[in-house]
Amino acid sequence: MGRYVVRRLLQMIPVFIGSTFLVFSMMFALPGDPVRALFGEQTIDPTQIARIKHDLGLDKPFLAQYWDYLTGIFQGDFGTQIASQRPVADVISEAFPTTVRLALFAFVFLVVVGITLGVIGGLRPNTLTDRTLLVLALLLISAPSFVLGYLFQYFFAFVLNWTEPNVQDATDYGQLLLPAIVLSALSLAYVTRLTRTSVAENLRADYVRTAIAKGLPRRRVIGVHLVRNSMIPVVTFLGIEIGTLMGGAIVTEGIFNVRGVGYEIFEALSRREGSTVVGIVTLIVVVYLAASLLVDLLYAVLDPRIRYA
Amino acid sequence: MPETLTVKDTTVPGAPEVAPEKADKARSLWTDAWYDLRRNPLFVISAVLIVLLLAMAVAPGLFTGTDPRKADLANRYLQKPHFGNVFQADWLGYDVQGRSVWARMVYGTRNSLSVGICVTLLVTFFGSLVGTLAGYFGGWVDAILSRLTDIFFGVPFLLGAMVILTSFAERKLYVVILSLAFLGWTQIARVSRGAVISVKEADYVTAARALGASTSRILLRHILPNAAAPVIVVATIALGGYIAAEATLSYLGLGIAEPTVSWGMDVSAAKDQLRTAPHTLLMPSILVSITVLAFLMFGDAVRNALDPKMR
Amino acid sequence: MTIIDKTAFVPEPRSGGDDSTTLLEVRDLHVEFHTRDGVVKAVNGVNYSVEAGETLAVLGESGSGKSVTAQAVMGILDMPPGKIPQGEILFRGQDMLKMSNEERRKIRGRKVAMIFQDALSSLNPVLSVGYQLAEMFRVHEGMGRKQAKAKAIELMDKVKIPAAKERVNDYPHQFSGGMRQRIMIAMALALEPDLIIADEPTTALDVTVQAQVMDLLAELQREYNMGLILITHDLGVVADVADKIAVMYAGRIVETAPVHELYKRPAHPYTRGLLDSIPRLDQKGQELYAIKGLPPNLLKIPGGCAFNPRCPKAQDICRTEIPALVPVTEQDGAELPGRGSACHFWKETIHG
Repeated sequence: MGRYVVRRLLQMIPVFIGSTFLVFSMMFALPGDPVRALFGEQTIDPTQIARIKHDLGLDKPFLAQYWDYLTGIFQGDFGTQIASQRPVADVISEAFPTTVRLALFAFVFLVVVGITLGVIGGLRPNTLTDRTLLVLALLLISAPSFVLGYLFQYFFAFVLNWTEPNVQDATDYGQLLLPAIVLSALSLAYVTRLTRTSVAENLRADYVRTAIAKGLPRRRVIGVHLVRNSMIPVVTFLGIEIGTLMGGAIVTEGIFNVRGVGYEIFEALSRREGSTVVGIVTLIVVVYLAASLLVDLLYAVLDPRIRYA
Repeated sequence: MPETLTVKDTTVPGAPEVAPEKADKARSLWTDAWYDLRRNPLFVISAVLIVLLLAMAVAPGLFTGTDPRKADLANRYLQKPHFGNVFQADWLGYDVQGRSVWARMVYGTRNSLSVGICVTLLVTFFGSLVGTLAGYFGGWVDAILSRLTDIFFGVPFLLGAMVILTSFAERKLYVVILSLAFLGWTQIARVSRGAVISVKEADYVTAARALGASTSRILLRHILPNAAAPVIVVATIALGGYIAAEATLSYLGLGIAEPTVSWGMDVSAAKDQLRTAPHTLLMPSILVSITVLAFLMFGDAVRNALDPKMR
Repeated sequence: MTIIDKTAFVPEPRSGGDDSTTLLEVRDLHVEFHTRDGVVKAVNGVNYSVEAGETLAVLGESGSGKSVTAQAVMGILDMPPGKIPQGEILFRGQDMLKMSNEERRKIRGRKVAMIFQDALSSLNPVLSVGYQLAEMFRVHEGMGRKQAKAKAIELMDKVKIPAAKERVNDYPHQFSGGMRQRIMIAMALALEPDLIIADEPTTALDVTVQAQVMDLLAELQREYNMGLILITHDLGVVADVADKIAVMYAGRIVETAPVHELYKRPAHPYTRGLLDSIPRLDQKGQELYAIKGLPPNLLKIPGGCAFNPRCPKAQDICRTEIPALVPVTEQDGAELPGRGSACHFWKETIHG
């Protein structure tokens, strides 16, 4: 097991470098000039621009810049925001907890509700309950998060007056509930459907028949024999979803005015400022990679047939 | 599952147990799927919706006589929809600039469907190319292509597209299409790689190889047709996803530029009136969702028909 | 004769209960499946019975309804699509089809247990075999975790699994096919049930292992004096362990007989065909006999005797009238106990 973890970590290195390089080169291709943008319409001395660029290392060749960036990351240095002169690491560490809180809240919501609904539907395949859940899931999947966000905002805040339309305090979980539900909706629908399919399929498995033939009570057949086996594909999916939730938070944050990573990304993109965007994307890539490793290990716990050599 | 009945004496002890259900005649996977599809109401509804949407995209003039770009500020005071007059330009009211909401919805279809269909075609082609090569040749080809897929998969889809699109001052339709395709091909690549690997191990492929069939013949005649089903299913469902992604990017102001009409942009423009004129935001939103839903249901029905295990 | 002898020697029952009645009796059982292609009539009026200590072999090819009957007895049919429109399943005189779900559940595993064909897929892949064995004691007898585990090890010893103590925490995939089937047997035996239904218990195993598993099953059956229903399509397996045989075709019993009688003098053309298609050393070089045609489509069972399209002796009456299962007698009318045939021409078949 230990050796497997090490091997997986080694395998992650090229993926990590590749993904960050991809994002870095996309940013590098941006036609705008962040230093030039600092001065707006003013005409300034080209030598002054060249000096600032030199200070920031922006005059070096592309690969050298990437190398500087990569080595910096491992020392916790994500570069400096040109406009505000603040270290990117500070900006991120301020914004990240809010987004992580939102994403985790959404994750818990989708795990609990998604799996419960999936099991309910899967146990009664092709009944009215199951069909209703499937249609609901389809509706959730087909509404892009901005559509769902505004629909919820309109009904719950303006029509029913249950909540505030915008999040005032991002540490208050009550206020985060609506954005978290909107953020989790898409993944929730997928988890419900995946669990449902998996449960419905395993319901006909031979070992479930054996469990019934053993005279076990129904709730034991379901709880001990059926659900655990059905969770194996769902867990894989959940691992990928952690990364997706972090990415999706950007749109949700915009709708509900949550000042997290999404807000910073918009600010940075509008100023053509690469370092912030690349830094945030790098962190999301790390979260995604860590989650997929965790899922693989969890897999081994759930399914003893898998042995890591 | 269709039961192929070969003429053979099966009474010799040792015959395998078969399920009591047995079809009278042999039916192929595809004819069986078609039989299922025609009886599936979700499939019929989604197919009708898709045909309607395609008609809107090709000939928007058939659905509205109003120019979607004609802004008449006088109409701002006539914003409220009049659901009774379906044939009037204002049956869904006017937006904040006094343009017909319905006309803009109709004319926005072309943009959404073009992006959805073109991105799907591109990712299906390149994704299955990469997946098939990786799955069929295995070894270092697989190692390199799979790692490449992992790298692209590691970049968050929407975020990546945002980064690319910010760098284009003038966002033409093809720019949006190419950026989405650039990041979107990984899913199809993974699915087709898996499908090819499982088909490659099948006995009929071994048999074809034993009979001396060439690599290209095995790939084209045996592997591709049999690995196609899962790819088609994923592609159909993904199409809905690309339409949603395009709408989201337009909503964020990173989609296609004006004067092209796009649903996402209209939603974005209406967001400040959510309290006063909610229909200007909700109507195009609902149309986006219906479009995505139509393709999802379509793909779903196709999957259920092609996957006998789901029955 | 064999049956009479056997039942005469039935020892005292271990557990209480009314012993004057038959252990299991299936009466006029019908099972059908409602599919989108129509109604599949899998079982069409089956009657059979088993006494304590007795082994009934149910013989038939795929789709003959032998497994479906067993699943109906066990109460593990998928309903829907399955349906039991008619019939009784009497366990010690009580109709199990009229019991509540909870009453039936308490019988399952405890009084009637089942051994399945494919032990690999029938055992839960993600739970250790020890857990799956101990589960029987924990659920039915309310034992604690530790005590149940000890009983599980005991059971594994009983079915001769080497190093039971070390292997109790292993998972099904870590055992060989034969060992896995022993675990299935151990699980069925756990609570010393009165009746065991074994559905093709050796089909998935190597020939050498088959004999070991069958011997073990027979030995344990004798030890606990259990009734055993052995479902198989393998005539070789049957000869050694069964007391009586019921041959099924298209959801009906076409012939019943004490085991050796059946081999000597079959009274149904189908049984004869089955016996003739066994390869025999003394007929080396001759072409092997095979019954022509295909098993019937259960959606459209042929009119009259279901076997008529394949029967070498079919006459007009076979195409119009369903033959009832009638007692088979000697030429002089002397009774042949336990024998019956559902053929219009049983006389010609057995004596001709």
